[in-house]
Amino acid sequence: MTAIPAHADLVDEKIIFRYYIAALAFLTISMVAGLMVALQLVHWNPFGGVELLSPGRWRMIHTNAIAYGFLANAFLGTLHWAVPRLTFHPVASRALSWFIFYAWQVIVLSTAVGIVVGPSLQDQPWLLDLAKRWRLPMNLGAQGLEWGETPFWIDPVALLGLALVAINFMVPIGRSKGPMYVTLWYFMAAFVWTFLTYAMGNLLPEYAVGGTSAGAIGGLFIHDLVGLFVTPLGWGLMYYFVPILLKKPIWSHGLSLVGFWGLAFFYPLQGIHHFLYTPIPMFLQYGAVISTIAVELVVATVVINFFGTLGSRGYDQFFNNLPIRYFYTGMVFYFITCFQCALQVTLTFQKLIHFTDWVVGHAHLVMFGVFSLWLFGIMTYLFPRLLGKPWYSRKLCEYHYWLSAGGLFVMFIDLTLAGVFQGYYWASLQQWDVSTNGSQPFWITRVFAGLAMFGGLLCFLYNLWMTIRSAEERVPEAGTAPGGASVLPSPA
Amino acid sequence: MFESKSGIFFIAGIGFFLLAFLGNGVVPMIMYKDRVEQTAEQVVNKRVMAQFRDLAERYPESFKEAFGEPTEEACAEALRLGRQVYVGEGCWHCHSQFVRPVSNESRRWGPVAKTTEYDNELQRPVLFGTRRVGPDLSREGGRRGNDWHAVHFHRPKDVQVDSPMPAYPWFFEGSPDRPNRRGIAIITYVQWLGSWLPSYPYYEELAEVQDD
Ligand code: HEC
Ligand code: HEM
Repeated sequence: MTAIPAHADLVDEKIIFRYYIAALAFLTISMVAGLMVALQLVHWNPFGGVELLSPGRWRMIHTNAIAYGFLANAFLGTLHWAVPRLTFHPVASRALSWFIFYAWQVIVLSTAVGIVVGPSLQDQPWLLDLAKRWRLPMNLGAQGLEWGETPFWIDPVALLGLALVAINFMVPIGRSKGPMYVTLWYFMAAFVWTFLTYAMGNLLPEYAVGGTSAGAIGGLFIHDLVGLFVTPLGWGLMYYFVPILLKKPIWSHGLSLVGFWGLAFFYPLQGIHHFLYTPIPMFLQYGAVISTIAVELVVATVVINFFGTLGSRGYDQFFNNLPIRYFYTGMVFYFITCFQCALQVTLTFQKLIHFTDWVVGHAHLVMFGVFSLWLFGIMTYLFPRLLGKPWYSRKLCEYHYWLSAGGLFVMFIDLTLAGVFQGYYWASLQQWDVSTNGSQPFWITRVFAGLAMFGGLLCFLYNLWMTIRSAEERVPEAGTAPGGASVLPSPA
Repeated sequence: MFESKSGIFFIAGIGFFLLAFLGNGVVPMIMYKDRVEQTAEQVVNKRVMAQFRDLAERYPESFKEAFGEPTEEACAEALRLGRQVYVGEGCWHCHSQFVRPVSNESRRWGPVAKTTEYDNELQRPVLFGTRRVGPDLSREGGRRGNDWHAVHFHRPKDVQVDSPMPAYPWFFEGSPDRPNRRGIAIITYVQWLGSWLPSYPYYEELAEVQDD
């Protein structure tokens, strides 16, 4: 084998840093938006009646900033670290990387501006004319599909951006020789899936298909966005970082294979489970239910594999290795999420919990409890390497962890319970306000849980700021061994 | 194959995606391919026209400024704009538009949703919704008067003291009796919901609307 290229030739550390800063900025925006919506529900919204701060619009900012602003940016940053180090080849073009970086920020920001300002400018004769002539849903603001709200005038640009991302990372993967490591299976599939999913969800239901079939595709879209974009990137990164941090290989290669192929096969088949009991044909709904339960079995194998990797060192690692603690907390939450999935997808549960806060609890558990915690763990591990100095305060890192994980856990339990109450209030045909008033204790708790999570983020940001400012010089050469062992001792 | 680049690219990446798309997307498309999507003009009916005229009589100046005369074309235009407001303001994140066959929903809101109800331009993308903070709206038309809606949108707490629904004063020029274009459009849209069913509103029949 040829010599291993130097880290600096492979990895552009600056772009990773920028991606992380952008990600954290959008996370802050998203959490503020989430808090605003939460405050609206408990009658404490300080901005009631202000058009540009309308909770309806900001709810869409909340979800879109998370998906495209926080998760996508944080993933892209981390990919710039992981892919070159795994393949021993730099990305296709650094210039392209920077172009994508700026283009992506423009896309996310204009989505946000579109969602907030669009509806105020909506009433334009030419728009109504277009809508009438072509019978198209021409909205300057959000479009009516969850996570596909991206205004129509941004969709093509976003799609082009995703294609460039795929090319930029597929080139080093294509150039690499020898067997591909598990992480790269997930990444490769994710690049293809993300592009296809985005194209499907943002074009078909708006332009080509109408009515109930569009509902089926909409379900497929929201589902695939989580399952085929966020999930494979997240698991791919776990397969990469966990062995590095534990300094040992993944427990079972066979289980890795089962996990990947099981996910690839069963995950996309579940889209319709978001719209059970709709007019979508019942046999299709049953199909989605069955594959959802199947994927739960697959997930169990993946989680077993990772706990096998952890082996008997769990206790020690949990307390002394913060990134590992983030990762495994996320995996436990992942297991709970998927277990919950297998239950809530059954028609019996659906009767009760569909449309309630149960689902919102589930969404936060997976998006925050799993993927955000993983990304926090990765950032906790990488920031000292990118900056060449240790964290300003280990204690603040701990606060970040406990406030995030603790806040999320409270929010999850709280919303799950709220969902059960709401379901029974509705089914028992009580007046509607009985359900909204009965939800108040839960909604108030959610505000405080959210504040805890937000507090965690503030600790992290302050810690980062102080780390950047701290005078300490570059400690031992950051990351010289691509794809291999960690360089700095675990941040004990 | 299971670990090779082409295997993962073609089988997992493209193949499985397309398989799922076939199963979950193309099958319903084929099943419903004979359905013709109706335009906004085609879904204007005499019930929503009655409401539209009521708006014109109730708020003559505002209405004239916004839509001129209460013609059917103007009504279709209001429906289109109303749907855009509904989407842009995120109403669909708090209100669903389908009644399920379970949990007593048909007793609360009316007939269970049918595919045929969604074959029109105003349901593109379909507005099933995924969350109910407020009630389902697919049978909302005719349940409340136009003036009730005006006051409610202007400040929900004025009619429902403990309502967590946000206020939408920008649908009005200052007060609830002066709705602007967006205000009239969203009220028309809401009154249209469910107007295609045999009974309008689902609860009490309005004599005047029936006679129209
Ligand atoms: C934060 C969630 C939320 C948003 C956003 C929201 N609503 Fe509501 N809506 C509610 C709640 C809760 C109720 C029940 C209490 C009430 O009547 O105000 C309600 C009630 C209603 C009703 C009365 C239903 C009835 O007959 O009792 C209508 C009509 C309505 N909303 C339409 C809309 C429209 C149109 C929009 C967007 C411009 C919208 N809502 C946005 C939560 C919301
Ligand atoms: C400050 C902390 C947060 C608060 C207070 C908060 C609050 C909320 C509220 C009020 C909603 C709307 C729920 C409803 O319609 O009833 C919501 C939805 C959502 N939030 Fe958050 N949120 C927070 C953080 C996050 C984070 C960090 C993520 C992701 C990483 C996230 C992901 C989501 C998702 C995916 C939804 C949509 C749920 C659905 O439609 O089912 N939230 N959030």
